[in-house]
Amino acid sequence: MGDARWLHPGAWWIWALGMAAAASRTTNPLLLIALIAVAALVVQARRPDAPWGRSFRFFLQLGLIVIVVRMAVQVLLVSSVGTTTILDLPGITLPEWLAGIRIGGDVRLESLLMGFYDGLRLATILICIGAANSLASPTRLLKSVPAGLYELGVSIVVALTFTPQLVADVERLKTARRLRGRRTTGPRAIAAAAIPVLEGALERSVTLAAAMDSRGYGRRGPESARRRRGTTGLLLLGLVAACIGTYGLVSAGSPALMGLPLLVLGLGSAVGAVVWSGRSQVRTRYRPDPWSLPEWLVSAAGVTVAGIFTVAAWSGTSGMVASFDPPTWPSLPLAALVGVAIAATAAVTAPPLPRSMRMQRELVEVGA
Amino acid sequence: MIEFDDVTITYADQSAPVLANVNLRIPEGELVLVVGRTGSGKSTLLSAVNGLVPHFTGGTLQGRVLVDGRDTAHHAPRDLADLVGVVPQDPMSGFVTDTVEDELAYGMECLGLAPDIMRRRVEETLDLLGLADIRQRPLRTLSGGQRQRVAIGAVLAAHPRILVLDEPTSALDPGAAEEVLAALQRLVHDLGVTVLMAEHRLERVVQYADQVIIVPGGGAPVIQGSPAEVMQHAPIAPPVVELGRLAGWDPMPLSVRDARRAAGSLRDLLVGQQPRLRVVTDSRVETVRTSRLGVRYGSHPALRGVDITIHDGEIVALMGRNGAGKSTLLNALVGVGPTRTGDVLIKDRDPAALGDAELIDTVGLVPQEPADLLEATSVAEECRIADRDARCEPGTTRALLALMAPEILDGTHPRDLSEGQRLLLVLCLILAARPPLLLLDEPTRGLDYPTKTRLARVLADLAAAGHAIALATHDVELVAEIADRVIILAEGEVVADGSTSDVVMSSPMFAPQVSKILSPQEWLTVGQVEHALAHLPEPEVDAG
Repeated sequence: MGDARWLHPGAWWIWALGMAAAASRTTNPLLLIALIAVAALVVQARRPDAPWGRSFRFFLQLGLIVIVVRMAVQVLLVSSVGTTTILDLPGITLPEWLAGIRIGGDVRLESLLMGFYDGLRLATILICIGAANSLASPTRLLKSVPAGLYELGVSIVVALTFTPQLVADVERLKTARRLRGRRTTGPRAIAAAAIPVLEGALERSVTLAAAMDSRGYGRRGPESARRRRGTTGLLLLGLVAACIGTYGLVSAGSPALMGLPLLVLGLGSAVGAVVWSGRSQVRTRYRPDPWSLPEWLVSAAGVTVAGIFTVAAWSGTSGMVASFDPPTWPSLPLAALVGVAIAATAAVTAPPLPRSMRMQRELVEVGA
Repeated sequence: MIEFDDVTITYADQSAPVLANVNLRIPEGELVLVVGRTGSGKSTLLSAVNGLVPHFTGGTLQGRVLVDGRDTAHHAPRDLADLVGVVPQDPMSGFVTDTVEDELAYGMECLGLAPDIMRRRVEETLDLLGLADIRQRPLRTLSGGQRQRVAIGAVLAAHPRILVLDEPTSALDPGAAEEVLAALQRLVHDLGVTVLMAEHRLERVVQYADQVIIVPGGGAPVIQGSPAEVMQHAPIAPPVVELGRLAGWDPMPLSVRDARRAAGSLRDLLVGQQPRLRVVTDSRVETVRTSRLGVRYGSHPALRGVDITIHDGEIVALMGRNGAGKSTLLNALVGVGPTRTGDVLIKDRDPAALGDAELIDTVGLVPQEPADLLEATSVAEECRIADRDARCEPGTTRALLALMAPEILDGTHPRDLSEGQRLLLVLCLILAARPPLLLLDEPTRGLDYPTKTRLARVLADLAAAGHAIALATHDVELVAEIADRVIILAEGEVVADGSTSDVVMSSPMFAPQVSKILSPQEWLTVGQVEHALAHLPEPEVDAG
């Protein structure tokens, strides 16, 4: 438990990626729903009262859409599996060279289940990422980004302030249209609002950039131009090498040396360039988020659940893969359940947020 | 500390320079006030101090700007960040992080200060500006005054020796403005910080200034001098100075305190005189009535059980601190914003239930950002659209505008109008449909004195023509000038509702300068005093 403070955003991301990795190892709907429930529980317990903290609901909706689309594709476009027909739709017979694809036809339970399981897995992965999104403050994560990548991070800051204000602007202009006696809904109203909204947003981005500059953002220590060119070149070469290495790794028949070694070498030089260029930055950090016991516990919970699921899937534990042909009620592997329970401990091991950042009911700023 | 050597600044897309041949010397530890009309080049002058002009805005700068010996031509804004702190006009637009504490530290992080020094300075700054209670609050949830203080603290924590502020109090209620000015004065007195500040509300700041710089605009020479001597002849002056000029006081008092000492004889002269009030039509026909009006944002009640009535031909001022519910009330009166409880009836019609076209015939609102309502690329086009929307005779709006602001040309792009002209244009667009109720949200924010005077005259004429007018404002001088009645809101409730003299006179926060100087007599404006002096029973008008 501990004192009220922010958990290191890195710990949330490790936990959430662990959950996502676990979800990717199973198609058992009971386990997947358990993972979603854990994500929702932890988000409910520890999300901050901030714009990004409210994004979880959006990811839940997105998950639902993914499931529906996946099932529709499975049932209407992909050759069916199984024998239990539950609905007979008119279908089009496609030429033979399009084997494997069909349009319409009878809907079979097995097919439907297969689509549902697969869609649910994808949705669970998305929802886990969404949990990290609403739990970890993006600006605090940015503080932990290496100084060399800071420039990249700043575009994220601008983007982050951009979106909520864009929403506020749209509201304001809708009001303005009503004040002039126009319709406030429909495509024409939206089109009319688009240009002033974007104009305003752009203007604000420039103001923000000017404000950052006048507060000293981007100051550099003494650094020779040659050295700067050197780091840029190194970064570029490293990334190109990493790309070729990745290609070598996945494509069959390329020489062995083109695979893993080149990838490692490329990534190594890119990281080196980032670290090296970070040296010339004068920037320091105010009260960086510590990495102590709660961070270890939360990230360990994420790693553990991923580990248990991976081992269980690898060793072929029954229940990790849900059977849809024949459709049977999935069993619950005990080990995986224990993993899910461990992941849920994050709701308790993460420290509570500072009081002022805790989620209250909507507190919208009130005009003068 | 700051030196301008024959500085001429020209923006890329303009032929004439914004500032021409400016020579200034600002010594260390002074509070310098920069005064000028909107668009006169004040902001350009301020931005030149830390090199945002021309490094960020483009354009050319001839001459030389030296800041503590550093030439801005060779130093980008970020290289001057340890020396000059800039607080932008809208503090929210310059915030980079999400909580108060992080925002205070951001500048120091950029400068690369050691963590233990940062820690100490953040604590010091929190105390200096009274922010300790809100250190962990998200910036979005702060009030206007708190935001402004955080913005000042955020640049101050890095210990710059110069602080540049662009209209730090224009969006603030009188109380919050006092708070910010007190903090600034402490910096100047205790820490020797040089402060350069632009401000339209002279009545709030002129008494604190050591020097005043007047930027007349249009390339005319910049004037620098002590406040008392500059204010003697300045084209724009706060009421205390205008009263001083009228009474011929010398030396010119700049604060209410000094003026009260000089005002003894003026008070004697005015004994038995009555302030002339605006003639209000006593038709007492109700324009709008609300009963038990309530609005909530989520769980937060913005308005609670508000009962107000406004009559035809009446000007009512809505006052109260930032966040008291003034804008929410205006929005509820035009039927926008969150769902309300209780009733609003404008001429027996509920605005929220009206169709888009009927609404503008019933009530018009000039929002805080009048530019939101503009959509065309020329003034003439804008007026044509308004005629069409209001279904009135083509040319009606243009004729109205010609009456209010004859200098505005047909072909001008609305964006190129000055702030005051834009406000009048929007006012005309709204008036095209002749709504019986006219609402204005903070109309004088960022307006200079001449424009304010003009707006006051326009509003008085409209009221005389029968429009009921309600305006939300922090501007006590404007209220004294034109309002017949004042309604004060606090926490979403009506706490005072009465005639202007009754309400503002009894409140130290909302009383205008003239009333403070001449109390217990009931004078509100210089105009009233001038009229009374011109109509004294005895012929000798000697107020010395």
